[in-house]
Amino acid sequence: MTTADPLAPAVAGSAWDRLRGFAPPSRFLPVITTFALLVGMFGAGAVRYPGFSDPQVVLNLFIDNSFLIVLAVGMTFVILTGGIDLSVGSVVALSTVVAARTMEAGWPPLVSCVLVILIGCTLGLLMGLAIHYFDVQPFIATLAGLFFARGLCFLLAGRPLPIHNKSFSGFAEASISLPGGYYTTWAVVIALLIVAVAAFVLHRTLVGRTVYAIGGNETSALLMGLPVARVKVGVYVVSGLCSALAGLLFSLYMLSGYSLHAVGMELDAIAAVVIGGTLLTGGRGFVVGSVLGVLVLGTIQTFISFDGTLSSWWTKIAIGVLLLAFVVVQRLVVRRQP
Amino acid sequence: MPETLTPERQEATASHAGAGPAARLAARLSGSTLVWPVLALAALVVVNLVVHPDFLSVRVQDGDLYGNVIDILRNAAPVLLIGLGMTLVIATRGIDLSVGAVAAIAGAVACVSITGSSHESALSTAVVASSLALATCIALGLWNGFLVAVLGIQPIIATLVLMTAGRGIAMLITGGQITLVHNTHFDFLSSGFVLALPFAILLALALFAITGLLARRTALGMLIEAVGINPEASRLAGVRARTILWTVYAFSGLCAGLAGLMISANTSAADANNNGLWIELDAILAVVIGGTSLAGGRFSLVGTLVGALFIQTLKTTINVIGIPSEMNYLFKAIAVVAVCLLQSPKARALLTVRRRARVGTKAVAA
Amino acid sequence: MTQMDTESPAVARGTSDPVIEMRGISIAFGGVPALDDVDLRLFPGEVHALMGENGAGKSTMIKALTGVYSIDSGTVVLDGEEQQFSSPAASQAAGISTVYQEINLVPNLTVAENMLLGREPRRRGGIDFKAMNRQAAASLERLGISVDPASELGSHPIAVQQLVAIARGVDVDARVLILDEPTSSLDADEVEMLFSVMRTLRDHGVAIVFVSHFLDQVFEISDRMTVLRNGRLVGEVLTEETTQLEVVRMMIGHELAALERLESASGAGVDRSARPVLKALGLGRKGSLEATDLDVYEGEVVGIAGLLGSGRTELARLLFGADTADHGSLQVEDDRSHLRSPRHAIQRKLAFSSENRRAEGVIEDLTLADNMLLALQARRGWMRPIPAAMRTRLVRQYIEALDIRPPDPNALMRNLSGGNQQKVLLARWLITEPQVLILDEPTRGIDIGAKAQIQQLVADLAQQGVAVVFISAELEEVLRLSDRVVVMRDREKVAERLNDDLTVADVLEIIAGSARQEEPSDA
Repeated sequence: MTTADPLAPAVAGSAWDRLRGFAPPSRFLPVITTFALLVGMFGAGAVRYPGFSDPQVVLNLFIDNSFLIVLAVGMTFVILTGGIDLSVGSVVALSTVVAARTMEAGWPPLVSCVLVILIGCTLGLLMGLAIHYFDVQPFIATLAGLFFARGLCFLLAGRPLPIHNKSFSGFAEASISLPGGYYTTWAVVIALLIVAVAAFVLHRTLVGRTVYAIGGNETSALLMGLPVARVKVGVYVVSGLCSALAGLLFSLYMLSGYSLHAVGMELDAIAAVVIGGTLLTGGRGFVVGSVLGVLVLGTIQTFISFDGTLSSWWTKIAIGVLLLAFVVVQRLVVRRQP
Repeated sequence: MPETLTPERQEATASHAGAGPAARLAARLSGSTLVWPVLALAALVVVNLVVHPDFLSVRVQDGDLYGNVIDILRNAAPVLLIGLGMTLVIATRGIDLSVGAVAAIAGAVACVSITGSSHESALSTAVVASSLALATCIALGLWNGFLVAVLGIQPIIATLVLMTAGRGIAMLITGGQITLVHNTHFDFLSSGFVLALPFAILLALALFAITGLLARRTALGMLIEAVGINPEASRLAGVRARTILWTVYAFSGLCAGLAGLMISANTSAADANNNGLWIELDAILAVVIGGTSLAGGRFSLVGTLVGALFIQTLKTTINVIGIPSEMNYLFKAIAVVAVCLLQSPKARALLTVRRRARVGTKAVAA
Repeated sequence: MTQMDTESPAVARGTSDPVIEMRGISIAFGGVPALDDVDLRLFPGEVHALMGENGAGKSTMIKALTGVYSIDSGTVVLDGEEQQFSSPAASQAAGISTVYQEINLVPNLTVAENMLLGREPRRRGGIDFKAMNRQAAASLERLGISVDPASELGSHPIAVQQLVAIARGVDVDARVLILDEPTSSLDADEVEMLFSVMRTLRDHGVAIVFVSHFLDQVFEISDRMTVLRNGRLVGEVLTEETTQLEVVRMMIGHELAALERLESASGAGVDRSARPVLKALGLGRKGSLEATDLDVYEGEVVGIAGLLGSGRTELARLLFGADTADHGSLQVEDDRSHLRSPRHAIQRKLAFSSENRRAEGVIEDLTLADNMLLALQARRGWMRPIPAAMRTRLVRQYIEALDIRPPDPNALMRNLSGGNQQKVLLARWLITEPQVLILDEPTRGIDIGAKAQIQQLVADLAQQGVAVVFISAELEEVLRLSDRVVVMRDREKVAERLNDDLTVADVLEIIAGSARQEEPSDA
């Protein structure tokens, strides 16, 4: 790429001016847009439908989407490096099946959870190794992961397996009372904790900054001596871990394990990340944006359920339109940059 | 099928014009990327033969052919069709995730059009409905092409838009119902026989032949490859890259539409949720198994044909052996991994010699 | 740079043991040798220039030292111990700090992150951004760069990015500092600033490898040079004991004679009273080229001289419609319509060979024949494939005429050497029978034989009546071929001269402008 002005004079002044007037907003602009969209949707909902402005609606948004939030966090890591992970929906399903199967066999829930997490990480590790060391494209490697995990599900259980374990279902049904008569669940707390940890890792650690560096320019990152190999494999492990955790949260939500759970959920996760302002080419985006993206998706559904007259397919169409809008806007933003 | 459709074949024919057919075949095989997919397909057939020695037998009933092989051919038709479009899209460095949704829309448009017609069972109704559906699909393909070629959006995300919204649109068209149609002419698309063979596979093979001729007898194939390998260099050499992108995405839409019609003719119904579900993944798989790299550039239509047959044979094999049909996901995963590792230069090098540059091709280029 | 006691440079230079010794290094890529039995010694407290033409093996040598490439044969000895660097990180850990030719930084991170990642200050388990920005600001200030360390690197111009890359390199407590073409986009003041930092580091005992194609700079800063040619070692000399002419001779070698055989184009046959075939009036584009006028006549070679970033490439791209002009007009023969696209330009019998052969010329995975016929085929459209007989004839004709190796139409383009790739690209355009041929750096990075052939070809084409716009960083080449020379500076045309008795010194003077640079030298 030829740059516009390699010999631009007056470095100091212009750099300062550009920084002052331009840089910070441009980095945060997509996230701010998503947030504004969310607020706008809530505003519109509150005006149109009675009861929409109830804070519990917001809390329910988190309760109903806790697993998707966790999934989107993992996906953000992968997409920031310029990769993609199609396997997450299948890994969620596999996690519910493994959890249900092992608890049915009388395993203590904690041990089940550890096993689920181990499986998720292992699958992620294998995909990451294939992608980094054998140059298999992320799309294809994780497509294999998608088929593999879904196949394992059917191998373990062809029918829905209800989870009867007392302590597990007790934990699922326990609600946390908040002042003002509102409540939330432990799943939400766990999801938000994961978001916080992810944000810390991405922004405050070398591993996190390397994630961004790989998305910016992988060769440069390598020549700068950053731990590229470890991190590139690592993001798929993180995504596998998040899928497993999301699977556990989904088990809490559904109280069952089923091989047809979470079909197509990888698309929701990708859509949430994109709507949250993360560039699919990598290097730009925030975990918080992805959370907002999930909430936008959830709000669309809330809208439709409040309305009652809108048919369910409008959800899909609305998500498609939003995706389009964000992608086109991002494209224009990227084009303007040097 | 026509004999000279792939570049490998053309080259081999050119350089061994004088040699005998056996030598030519040997030379072709040794240099061809088709060896592995063909061997894999052959291995599957052998497994079937071991389990059921009469696997390959074909019987004649009412003048039409029946048997496992015929079933495989018929059922492979939709994946093959979509795979053809997908091959060209992938050759331009793109991908079309929306084909499954487009197939569902095709079924929805056709079925709603048929049920809305005053002569539900007439031939003309079926033709009009199918044409309408195909026109819609070409328009959807052009939309994808617009996003990719004009707005310059990454293909994977550009087509993700329609993949997400498409099923919603299909449901919008059918009103969320599974629309049943009663039109034998429409059903013919899937279950009809022509010259003792299923119409579906004949249609798919015809399109395959036309695509092959267009790609290799005109300059279309070479220009597609040029755009896929180096878009900027192609632009500077005066190639109409945009037109080519529009063309391949529209073609992919058309292929998806045809496949969608077959799928919905198979059940005489439009099911917006399940028609063509995950067929985009099968089609991509067929292309990759056939040896066309997802990185764009050189493509092999014959490879895609073999890939589509492989996937369908795999499904059938699993049934024949008596494994639950859901297991085919596992086997597909294994097939993908095997093919990718065989095609990965690094994995091959690991088996033979030490690697050269540690940083990989990007650094060498710089 | 918190280094220990200051040794006297005179003592340090050459008298102590080398900190690094590379012996008999050989590397081949796909069977083609890039380095053949090359030695390099680096002493503490010296600036060592690595010299050679494009493609001589300088960058390969550096990447061999820093663990980017693995070495086929030969040894790297660090402090008397043999080393095998398996990765850039490993060589960094051994105290070798590198600033690569391509700015190897990450545009979406901040300036400070780019400088300090890998050895970032930490606090309570996380990166301490405050301390990081402080540290970065301090080292930037030492280099006289005023940039906010917290700003995103990609938001700054290339020159600033290059300075940041240098700042990262010198900031490490390195014993060996490698600078590969660090000054290519710096202005004179910035170069001076860099040199003073280099001198300070040298006086602290750091061994510095300096690669630059600016001979003046090399002679100003270096103590010792190693000269490479075509992947082989020519010799090691002390800077004070040699001259620029001698070094150029070492770099180019006896093959200089081959180039000189080409007779200087006379331009006698050019008729400038006729209508120009290509006429640009006030052609320009915001941010890349000021309004520029240019006439090109039939059978004329117009040379364009200027430094990297002077607007020479930008002008070529606008002439061809590769970028769209936002003001001015372009007239091809009688047609004044705007060039909307390269395709449009080709229809008007223009042809353009980009300076970036790899990214904008070659289609690597297609065959030689397909590459050669691409432009013609694109003009015919996909419906009308080139008939097989014509295809064979054209390809054979041009393989022979341009002496392309291997002479196999089905050879994959990626397997050809740079010079042969360039010839195929030239053939691609010649097949379209252009009236105006715009060549941007057609001889860069190719071997000397191919270079002479291409120069001869350009002269022959002009004889046949083709108008040629010839761009090259090598002034000698421009002067040898051109009938007329246009000089570019700061994205503007600053001079236009008939090439009667123009010398390199004259052109250099124009390029350097008034008092911007040191006195021009003629090598």
